[in-house]
Amino acid sequence: MSADINKLEQTASQVRRDIVRMVHACQSGHPGGSLGCTDYFVALYFYAMKHDPSFNMDGIGEDLFFLSNGHISPVFYSTLARAGYFPVSELSTFRKIDSRLQGHPTTHEGLPGIRIASGSLGQGLSVAIGAAQAKKLNKDNSLVYVLMGDGELQEGQVWEAALYAPHNKMDNIIAAIDYNGAQIDGATEEVLSLGNLRAKWEAFGWDVLEVEQGNDMASVIQGLDEAKSRSGKGKPIMILLHTEMGNGVDFMMGSHKWHGIAPNDEQLASALAQNAETLGDY
Amino acid sequence: MKKYTYTESKDTRSGFGAGLLEAGRQNEQVVALCADLIGSLKMNDFIKEFPERFFQIGIAEANMMGIAAGLTIGGKIPFTGTFANFSTGRVYDQIRQSIAYSDKNVKICASHAGLTLGEDGATHQILEDIGLMKMLPGMTVINPCDFNQTKAATLALVNHHGPAYLRFGRPVVPNFTPADQTFEIGKAILLNEGTDVTIIATGHLVWEAIQAGEELEKLGINAEIINIHTIKPLDEEAVLKSVTKTGCVVTAEEHNRLGGLGDSIAQLLATKKPTPQEFVAVNDSFGESGKPAQLMEKYGLNAASIVAAARKVITRK
Repeated sequence: MSADINKLEQTASQVRRDIVRMVHACQSGHPGGSLGCTDYFVALYFYAMKHDPSFNMDGIGEDLFFLSNGHISPVFYSTLARAGYFPVSELSTFRKIDSRLQGHPTTHEGLPGIRIASGSLGQGLSVAIGAAQAKKLNKDNSLVYVLMGDGELQEGQVWEAALYAPHNKMDNIIAAIDYNGAQIDGATEEVLSLGNLRAKWEAFGWDVLEVEQGNDMASVIQGLDEAKSRSGKGKPIMILLHTEMGNGVDFMMGSHKWHGIAPNDEQLASALAQNAETLGDY
Repeated sequence: MKKYTYTESKDTRSGFGAGLLEAGRQNEQVVALCADLIGSLKMNDFIKEFPERFFQIGIAEANMMGIAAGLTIGGKIPFTGTFANFSTGRVYDQIRQSIAYSDKNVKICASHAGLTLGEDGATHQILEDIGLMKMLPGMTVINPCDFNQTKAATLALVNHHGPAYLRFGRPVVPNFTPADQTFEIGKAILLNEGTDVTIIATGHLVWEAIQAGEELEKLGINAEIINIHTIKPLDEEAVLKSVTKTGCVVTAEEHNRLGGLGDSIAQLLATKKPTPQEFVAVNDSFGESGKPAQLMEKYGLNAASIVAAARKVITRK
């Protein structure tokens, strides 16, 4: 399947608008990481994954996606809504009372598209491995995707899972790390250095590839195509997705300060001016 | 006092192993996971018959809980196996978020619970696990009393949708439950009808409660004995019906008195029918190394303790 890069970029523009509007409306949430991962989410749900928005929890015959760093829920919710999992109008309820769009993703309120709760970090890779094992038992050849934050790798459970997947030849997993180099308290290198991530994952037995321009749609598509081509060859696949926190909104870009704060009215107007309304605001 | 007999003593963990094998035969979606304790959990027979449905996780319990949660997505019914301590306290947040809050159909099967683990000491003798698990919304908590009941409980969990905690142990105990007795989750078993005091026991303390009932009979006290194998959801009706008749209650469990069965009964009675209650449980302490019987005596978890508690609570009516 060839990608219509221009169309995907237009979708990403709308998702970026949704993100800043959602976070602004409730004056809470995590815009930085959401904006940085927008291109990846759009590439997954509008190009790479075989999936059905009518949503069945078991997802037999479908590619599955798990978000481990659940705090970037705005980009997840917007992408799911824009892909048809639930009405886009529901994005206005984000983080508000009686909403299915909880601060962090959950199955508890029955929101279509969500298969596991996440937010407490470090758990998503294990869940993805379990789902991938179920696919193998079910002779289901579709793939399991999972996204983690780079700061999240400081959680020990990630490395339990990192050991397990290659040992068990989980070659139907395509994991990715949002490699933006930032976490709440500052630069990841300053808080707790991750060292040479590529060497670490390779040493654990993963097939590692890097997407150097994680906010360039063509590069992301190319990386996902490459990752898929490496699946089914005995090793789990890891994409080091180099992104920029806050990408697409100039005053948020490259700063960990926008990890978890909301823009004010003036900042919202500026952010919206930088991202065209392509699919219609909710 | 109704007479209870048994032909052999067996460990409850072997009841789990036998139940797991049968569960695997009955339902092909049943899968099992273990964190490097196959022999201790008696999972060998399942693994031998269904090698492709078993996952050796290694010493990585957090990963095991996450993988179990993931396996349910695709229709599997995962049974995880490790010691009770590593099944609960070590992985509380994984269970909370990936299993309980996510409403995943994972059966957390925990052996070597409580003091009867014996010589390994307090690092392994968890006495807080029932409390940890029952506090999680939607979690079913089961603590069967003998081999046959543990086997039946394991099988019952296959057809029960939702997260569940199954607690069992290491020592051999009298296997008195009839092999053909149906296990109904959330349904108490009335072991003996009495009028003077209600004894509500769970797990290894059920046999001690039966022995206590025989001792009390010699003292002229007619005890009603209830086996509460399911701590959550609690069979409130059975408890209320019994204390309405007897007017006082003793709870008995191999667990901290904080957070266990006794707490659940006390909360029920405080809101529905205030009743004098005595607790046979560990008095907010850790355990220690020793022979199981020595430990149960030292920490007051045997028939003699139940008798003493019953005599005391009757005076408080």
